[in-house]
Amino acid sequence: MSAERPVVLATRAVERSYQLGGETVRAVRGISLEVRAGDWVALVGPSGCGKSTMLNLLGAIDRPTAGAVEIRGRDTATLSDREATRLRLTEVGFVFQRFYLMPQLSAFENVELPMAEAKVATAERRARVMELLDYVGLARRAQHRPSELSGGEQQRVAIARALANRPAFLLADEPTGELDAATGADVIRLLARLNADGTTLVVVTHDDTLARAARRVVTLRDGQVVSDGAPGAPP
Amino acid sequence: MIGSLAVRSLRRHRARTALALAGIAISSAMLLDMVMMSSGMRVSFQRLLEARGFQLRLSPRGTLPFDGEATLGGAQALVAALAREPDVIAVAPVLGGTVHHPRGDGAQTAFGLGIDPGVQGDYTLVAGRDAQGPLEVVMNRAFLATTGVRLGDTVSLAAAYDPQLRSFSGLRTVTVTGEARFTYLAAGQAAVAFPLATLQAMRGADGADRLSLVMLRLRDGADPDSVGARIERAQPRVTALSTRKAVQQAEERLGYFRQLALVLGSISLVVGFLLVTTIVTVSVNERLGEIAVLRAIGVGAGRVASQVMLEGLVLATAGATLGLGLGLVTAQWLNAILSGFPSLPEHIAFFVFEPGDAFASLGLLVVTGFVAGALPAWRAARLPIARTLRTEAIA
Repeated sequence: MSAERPVVLATRAVERSYQLGGETVRAVRGISLEVRAGDWVALVGPSGCGKSTMLNLLGAIDRPTAGAVEIRGRDTATLSDREATRLRLTEVGFVFQRFYLMPQLSAFENVELPMAEAKVATAERRARVMELLDYVGLARRAQHRPSELSGGEQQRVAIARALANRPAFLLADEPTGELDAATGADVIRLLARLNADGTTLVVVTHDDTLARAARRVVTLRDGQVVSDGAPGAPP
Repeated sequence: MIGSLAVRSLRRHRARTALALAGIAISSAMLLDMVMMSSGMRVSFQRLLEARGFQLRLSPRGTLPFDGEATLGGAQALVAALAREPDVIAVAPVLGGTVHHPRGDGAQTAFGLGIDPGVQGDYTLVAGRDAQGPLEVVMNRAFLATTGVRLGDTVSLAAAYDPQLRSFSGLRTVTVTGEARFTYLAAGQAAVAFPLATLQAMRGADGADRLSLVMLRLRDGADPDSVGARIERAQPRVTALSTRKAVQQAEERLGYFRQLALVLGSISLVVGFLLVTTIVTVSVNERLGEIAVLRAIGVGAGRVASQVMLEGLVLATAGATLGLGLGLVTAQWLNAILSGFPSLPEHIAFFVFEPGDAFASLGLLVVTGFVAGALPAWRAARLPIARTLRTEAIA
């Protein structure tokens, strides 16, 4: 079944090192994995194991030291900054732990922002914004600023923003990390609904509930994959 | 949307933005005032000389008009000869000197002008009528106010006063027919104007057929410098000074004003630049996480840089607009103070608003503000996205 779904995201022996205090830190060490359309992958592991670095590589906001990251078959290392930016705009949806909505913009404008950047026609993007806010259950709060929204609401707006340009996949870095259990559960339900509706998800998390909700859990340790399988499967 | 983000970013910290705007407004007001001052005296002096439509002034050889006590003899012949010049359409002879009004045990002095009431360029009548008869006079407000004389009153005026003997010579009792505003005199300086022959007669041998100055109105198209040179050749005892030359000489004497204005104006520009750079840099530093997120979600580096530079532009434009009003008010206030400068013509202004110069200077400030945003904009555009997000997450 999975072989019939196209690979949207692939890494081939990818490595990422950086200098820290005069020492070379190998954050990611030769990871190869494939994510197919419709997957929901949870990247888990202890702090410092390379999860967030891996997410940055998958989202083309960082470049590998060695190996390759391919988004829909395009090697991110070969892209110029302008091309990588365009790729992020159209193919990748980001959700951050701290939501990172623009505080000076309303929920509506925050969701509209990536579409305005992609030069989507005004009428089309307004309709899309309302569709997305309705999807995440915040149509009534469209004109509210982030400061007027709860943490859970802000994260749902951030998810709507990530979906604005119909990306190939959505990357979420600890999306429940700043939320209480009940609100976190709401966000997990929303992610599950998204995935059920066909959105590909890659989620970095420490949250066991979120990891269990994923279809596939990739466990990292010291920058390497130590297990890759269904939630609860033996390593 | 990027433009809207820029404006809203500034509105997030209203107090800080307001303070920055106040600083930029003061800086641009100072720049405007310096620009107004650098050209103000020249423009104002030129307007003063051109106000009455005379383009050429003749004074005794080697002197400037009313620069000393020197006079020209043979006044009638000189005026007649000048009237015959083909490019001359009006000749206004002037004899100047101090006159004395007996008051108590002493005398009140005033500046006296002997003029041809039909062709004079020294005053504008504001009340009554001109002095036509030999024993008639017009006076300015300063003289009327200090003596209590009114229009229609008679008043004694003398050409000379000896304080030792307390005696007056050339004394005349004249009727005040009008009140005039004298164009070239300092504020508060008492002045009177008689028919030329009256003042000449009052001064006796010292004034007989003599002149201090002749002002010439030329026909349209005549070149004042050429006419002046021709007159100097024909009348070797006079120096001809065109308005252009007079303005040029004044400019040379006022060169230090321009240097001062240039230095202070440049400082204003630098202060404006630093203010915008500082405020935009602080604003960018506070929003590193937001900027990294904008870049992560696909907003281009150029767009991020544009937003930051736009903030500088908005600050500079708003500041310059406020500065325009502030600068004009300040200039008016300073002009009012400086108009009391001793022996300076009342109608000379130090600060003159020349729209072209003023808007060019404020435009320069706006461009400076835009450029001032370039450094923080460059930083914002080149922000390492992954590292910044990691740093922000840890923070």
